Amino acid sequence: MNEKLSAIKEQTLAKIEQAQDASVINDIKVAILGKKGELTQVLKSMKDVAPEDRPKVGQMVNEVRQNIEEKLDEKLKAINRAARAEKMKRETIDVTLPGVKKIDGHRHPNQTALEDLERVFIGMGYEIVSGPEVEYDKYNFELLNIPANHPAKDEQDTFYITKDILLRTQTSSVQARIMEQGKLPIRILSPGRVFRSDEVDATHSPSFHQVEGLVIDKNITMADLKGTLAQWAKEFFGPNTKTKFRPHHFPFTEPSAEVDITCFKCGGKGCRVCKGSGWIEILGCGMVHPHVLEMCGIDPEEYSGFAFGIGLERITLLKYEIDDMRLLYENDMRFLQQW
Amino acid sequence: MNTPISWIKAYVPDLDVDIETFVNKMTLSGSHVENYVKKDKNLEKIVVGKIETIEKHPDADKLVVCQVNMGAETLQIVTGAKNVKEGDLIPVVLDGGKVAAAHGDNTEYPDGIKIKKGKLRGVESNGMMCGIEELGSSRDFYPEAPEDGVYVFPADSGVKPGDDAVKALGLDDAVVEYEITSNRVDCFSMIGMAREVAATFNKKFVPPVVNVKGSGGNVNDYISVEVKDTDLCPRYVARVVKNIKIGPSPKWMRDRLAAQGIRSINNLVDITNYVMEEFGQPMHAFDLDTIAGHKIVVKRAADGDKFTTLDGQERILDSDVLMICDSEKEVAIAGIMGGENSMVTDDIKTLLFEAACFDGANIRLSTKRIGLSTDASAKFVKGLDPNLALEAINRACQLIEELGCGEVVDGVVDAYANPVSEKQLPFEPEKMNKLLGTDISKEDMLEYFGRLELKYDSATNIITIPTFRQDLNCMADLAEEVARFYGYDNIPTTLPHGEATAGKKSYAERISDIVRNICEGNGFSGAMCYSFESPKVFDKLLIPEDSVYRKAIEISNPLGEDYSIMRTLPLNGLLTSLSTNYNRRNKEARLYELANVYLPKALPLTELPEEKMKLCMGMYGSGDFFTLKGVLEELTEKLGFGKDLSYEPSTDEPFLHPGRQALIKKGNMVVGYIGQLHPEVADNYSIKAEVYLAVLDMETITMLSNFDRKYEGIAKFPGMTRDLALVVDKSIFVGEIEKVIKKCGGKLLESYKLFDVYEGEQVAEGKKSVAYSMTFRAKDRTLEDKEVSEIIDKLLTELGKMNIEIRA
Repeated sequence: MNEKLSAIKEQTLAKIEQAQDASVINDIKVAILGKKGELTQVLKSMKDVAPEDRPKVGQMVNEVRQNIEEKLDEKLKAINRAARAEKMKRETIDVTLPGVKKIDGHRHPNQTALEDLERVFIGMGYEIVSGPEVEYDKYNFELLNIPANHPAKDEQDTFYITKDILLRTQTSSVQARIMEQGKLPIRILSPGRVFRSDEVDATHSPSFHQVEGLVIDKNITMADLKGTLAQWAKEFFGPNTKTKFRPHHFPFTEPSAEVDITCFKCGGKGCRVCKGSGWIEILGCGMVHPHVLEMCGIDPEEYSGFAFGIGLERITLLKYEIDDMRLLYENDMRFLQQW
Repeated sequence: MNTPISWIKAYVPDLDVDIETFVNKMTLSGSHVENYVKKDKNLEKIVVGKIETIEKHPDADKLVVCQVNMGAETLQIVTGAKNVKEGDLIPVVLDGGKVAAAHGDNTEYPDGIKIKKGKLRGVESNGMMCGIEELGSSRDFYPEAPEDGVYVFPADSGVKPGDDAVKALGLDDAVVEYEITSNRVDCFSMIGMAREVAATFNKKFVPPVVNVKGSGGNVNDYISVEVKDTDLCPRYVARVVKNIKIGPSPKWMRDRLAAQGIRSINNLVDITNYVMEEFGQPMHAFDLDTIAGHKIVVKRAADGDKFTTLDGQERILDSDVLMICDSEKEVAIAGIMGGENSMVTDDIKTLLFEAACFDGANIRLSTKRIGLSTDASAKFVKGLDPNLALEAINRACQLIEELGCGEVVDGVVDAYANPVSEKQLPFEPEKMNKLLGTDISKEDMLEYFGRLELKYDSATNIITIPTFRQDLNCMADLAEEVARFYGYDNIPTTLPHGEATAGKKSYAERISDIVRNICEGNGFSGAMCYSFESPKVFDKLLIPEDSVYRKAIEISNPLGEDYSIMRTLPLNGLLTSLSTNYNRRNKEARLYELANVYLPKALPLTELPEEKMKLCMGMYGSGDFFTLKGVLEELTEKLGFGKDLSYEPSTDEPFLHPGRQALIKKGNMVVGYIGQLHPEVADNYSIKAEVYLAVLDMETITMLSNFDRKYEGIAKFPGMTRDLALVVDKSIFVGEIEKVIKKCGGKLLESYKLFDVYEGEQVAEGKKSVAYSMTFRAKDRTLEDKEVSEIIDKLLTELGKMNIEIRA
């Protein structure tokens, strides 16, 4: 019995070893383990074994069976693996062929610059608000300390609709509207279209965008204005950006300043972008004029604030090194697709 | 405003900084330097030489060989110049030196031209004699220079061999150009800028001492002045000069005027110009003999008055133009230009000098209406300090005496009804520090004020402000003065603290962001177009004469007709851009714009118009109506209201193809429209391709948007799918069939999908085959076949009424 079992085992394992494909494995399985298989036959002949030897023989048969099953399984896996490897070899593709793209749209660079800018100020607690583009003289000029016949009105070459209604020349018009609402503190950013009667050329457009910032609270200082804009410049133009504040004049802020940043192209060494100076003029700002606060119903003895105005197109042109402002309004796909 | 450093130094003698430091510090103290030109930028090693001998060149007829005494040595120099002779003092550039330009050559040399010694036709030449052009200047500024040839120093110039020729010619100077802000009227003068320079560098400011000797007589015997409109003329000062001697002005004055780009005319004109540059006060000179009644009357013109200015032009006046008149006639337009009838000629004997202060705004408006502005009016429009007038006229009279140009009659006629007094403000150092975020000492603040001629009285704690500083009116103004001399750079940088505020975008702006993302995800790129356009646009878009779209806001002073109305439709900009792309042979273009249209409530405007933001999408190239509709479906579904929209066939929009347009509606509310651009409109925009357009109203989209999602569970029970192929009249739109499907399907209809539309041989003429796949499901049980069959039967009955049958 023992020898017979050993013989079946040896022969079967040898056959398994030699098997080359899955069908042979299946055949062996049937021939040995099937209903009429050799090992099954051995089990059937158990009745001829002495009763006291049966458990031992039974155990031996099971061991052989288990051993053969394991080997069959192992071999089948190996055969399948080899077959799949063979198949995959035939499936090789040229991975250097181009990918399949859908038609992709592009964000306008001016919009991208605006969103980058907004993100920084939203992080600093500013709310984005908007105001009308067709505006009353009152909000665009009068409440900003620019009364009738003020020379600043000439400087800004205003488009008029009627005597009192105009196309706003500056997003500063939103300042008075927000202050008038009387909710304090104020921390807003207001982007939008503005209009000035400039003929179209590489650096001028009768329609462009500004971004106005306004903060009103108790104890707001010029140091806060400097800190805020310095932080914005670092986040927007890069961590090494330095800011320079120069005295300037705007009717609705006092003190007023213009802000230069170190050229982001050359880092301040001087290049074509900064015209060799190392600095780029970037925005105007100042402390909200006490008279403006008063006119808008805010007590300048209690509150102070700062305001700044950024020319969006200017920043877009500088940041992306676009040399002609007209490109922004032409909407040529070959231009837009670069962003 | 331009100032030569040399002129500034006349009033700030201790100024001793290099030009780069000067420019930076002036900018940081508030006088923004836009540009500066060093006159000697490209002049190196240029020395005065004296020509000792001149001999013929042995091998060249046109050249001579000179021995030139350079002080320390004698150099042999070969020249082709014809104007030199032995004994002449000339500028010589030495070996290794530099000149600014080449003789007889208009090329610009940004880095100058290096000069080396060498041989000219075999004879050694150790330098070059310079013409005025080679020194970077011109005969305009050095009229004594020859038209062609080497500059020869005049005999009385006092230079000697070995001297620095650049210095001797006054070319060791720089002209600085400032951007002066409109509030600093006082800085539009040499004196004003010198005061700023002195304050910036903390040096002594030494203005000219004005002192008129006089020659006796009494001005009141010569002239009287009456100002009728004192609102437009706060002050009028007059002086008289007799025995005028017209002649050239001295070199120092011509040089200074030349540096300002002002050509010398004669002593009288030059003095007027000089004082205007020096003090910023324009003056006018009349020939007193032309002044009838020897009386000046300052008053408004009458409407329609005609007046010939000294340039010979006839001007038409109105009652807001201020005129200078004599007892009979108008003799000058105040502050703008004198009249031909009173102008100074070479024969003048007695001169009437005017220095006045006119209302800036009035002068500004007058120059615009008359269409004439002058150097003088440019000064007046800024709004001058009335106290300047007397100082300036006396300075002019002083120069007249010093230059021997005439005899100044004693006395001044001064019509000054309401003299301007000095403003006073309390000194509030704590408030200033609080505004600036600084901790600047009182003493430092007062020291800055002292530099600016602001006086402090400690007894009353009052700051007194000189009248030339019209811009200082409150604490914040004084704080700026403190800040700019303390240095904006030295103010600390802090961040606002206090109550926290939520940084956020408005809901509408967040919807816009989603719209942008979806448009771009579908191949549409962001466009930017103008808000104003031409009224011709309406014809291009086939808009009927009576359409409300034509009720557009007109700009009263547009750049031109093309930019004269505010758009009521968002189409023209985008179509123009598509046209640009098409005509530049870009194969396809997909653009979108989010921008306002402007809808007046009434015309002409009495209140602000409605500004409605529109999403406008346009495309040509690949894709069709349904490509664009797919984008709108994605957009509206993402915004949470797409399923409830209907696309109703429409012929409303004249600029769209009448058979290929739809109104997009939710219930009765119109959200927008979509369609193919009318081929005639496409022609009008020179686009020879099918253009598809969609316009959605952003306010409506924002209102309809809904992000309120709740988990609905995942179906537990199996669904049942039925496919249905229908034969339909061609004229029936699937939308009508779908309405019936939805109605009959009821709650059990989970979804339906149109999977085929076919027209052709397999179906009868005039018919099309439309195939739907419908899925039915109940949430609480497995559906029975019978339930679904009942629905399908009902559906077919309903469709039968529309002459729709199941396809055999």
